[in-house]
Amino acid sequence: MSQSIEEKLYLIRYKADDQSHLTIRNQDVCLNCTSKECNFFCPADVYEWDAEGHVTTVAYENCIECGTCRLACPASNIEWVYPKGGHGITYRFG
Amino acid sequence: MADERFDVIVVGAGPAGTAAAYTIAKAGLKVALIERGEFPGAKNIFGGVLYRKQLEDLIPEFWKEAPLERTIIEQRLWVLGEDNTFQVAFRDGRFQDPPNCWTGLRVKFDQWFASKAEQAGAVPIYETVVTELLRDVHRVVGVRTDRVDGDLYANIVIIADGVNSLLGKSLMVHREWNPDQVSLAVKEVISLPKQTIQDRFNLEDNEGCTIELIGQMSKMAGLGFLYTNKDTLSLGVGVMVSDLQKKRVKPYEVLDSIKRHPMISRLIQGGEVKEYSGHLIPEGGFDSIPPLAGDGWMICGDAAQMVNAVHREGTNLAVTSGRLAGETAIAAHLRGDFSFGTLDDYNTAIRASFVHKDLKKYRGVHSLLGFGDSEKLFDKLPESLNEAIYQMLLVDGVPKKDKQKMAMRLLRDAAGGNLDLLRLGIKGWRAMNG
Repeated sequence: MSQSIEEKLYLIRYKADDQSHLTIRNQDVCLNCTSKECNFFCPADVYEWDAEGHVTTVAYENCIECGTCRLACPASNIEWVYPKGGHGITYRFG
Repeated sequence: MADERFDVIVVGAGPAGTAAAYTIAKAGLKVALIERGEFPGAKNIFGGVLYRKQLEDLIPEFWKEAPLERTIIEQRLWVLGEDNTFQVAFRDGRFQDPPNCWTGLRVKFDQWFASKAEQAGAVPIYETVVTELLRDVHRVVGVRTDRVDGDLYANIVIIADGVNSLLGKSLMVHREWNPDQVSLAVKEVISLPKQTIQDRFNLEDNEGCTIELIGQMSKMAGLGFLYTNKDTLSLGVGVMVSDLQKKRVKPYEVLDSIKRHPMISRLIQGGEVKEYSGHLIPEGGFDSIPPLAGDGWMICGDAAQMVNAVHREGTNLAVTSGRLAGETAIAAHLRGDFSFGTLDDYNTAIRASFVHKDLKKYRGVHSLLGFGDSEKLFDKLPESLNEAIYQMLLVDGVPKKDKQKMAMRLLRDAAGGNLDLLRLGIKGWRAMNG
């Protein structure tokens, strides 16, 4: 019954905005970040370090709006706001 | 909606905000209930327990119409070792009538609760994000929303925007939460036939049970839960954000490791995962509660860190804080004074209530969960406790006196020696007894 995170996220209804509500403030900070904790603590795997492009990629369409990254980025390098009204996740059970 | 004026604007249609809006609307005041989701509850999850008393104060016999799952008659605590489990449980038929608490699902419940506020006269403004508070010098006079011409004005703004409370932060009533003041909970709703749930959990009809889990979870400081709904189970785990940072474990992997535990896997076997969700829980406790009122504003529920993590109570604290804020708003309206001097009565009312008293009682628990002690409490001690009990119950010819010594040694070593075991015991006792 174990599923991949992609399968888990597929169960949630999303209405994605065309603009990201999550912004990396400064990619240079990510480049110099040794721990890259955001690649682990996010429950929806939104953040991934792209070693070739030297950027943190942000899959904001997968965000479940918990706010962990807002608090847990060691450099406070993630700008976090709510998706536009009516956008983002809609749970069916809760 | 430009220049529309309300007596009160409530931001957030969770249990706290809806309780406030319902209270105010019933008194005949003009109140707006703003929610960023498609509908109230769309963004909301919790472990799953709703309590009778505080909601009954607002809506008598609400359980006869509210969408609830099962009436909880039995509560279990499981201390998980790697492949063993120490269990305690309490069942009492008196929890059935009047019902003490129920399992619930927030999408259904929050929608129902908000519909009660709407029926009472609250003006629903959904699919709308409040982006900032409008201020006249120090006084909060309204909100700016993400709608076109979206400024709304009111004498009072009640902030019930949940754990992330960007509005509370913008008021600078609290600093940003520290990673050790919040836990991330991830949860799955797993469907199983009603009869299968009843057979596996020893339940009949609408009886329900809750299982709290402590122990082996990828070596994280956290607590798990498994609750019975009508035809689904709610299985989840909460881990402190500071621990997630340090351990570099993915939150859903912690949940998956619980699902594989031999005691859990047999209970969820054959079930279909219907939903995965995640949410922060404010667990800073008493010392994290921000100032609760100021000129033109009050703050309630998760936004004010009102969660009793020890008893996993939250929605009831939210409902009570919302009701008290609502009653204060009504009194302020009658007095025609919306300054801190009047709204501080909300603070006084909270202090006189169980919300303040319970959180104060457990104020030490938060520091007990700090790094170091949490490893002992959640990992080493549960493992040793299970091993000690295994040894005590194993009949292998070793004299009981020797077994008892061995058991004590196991616990002592897990705590890091006699003194540390004593220290942890005293600290734990103090944390639980205020």
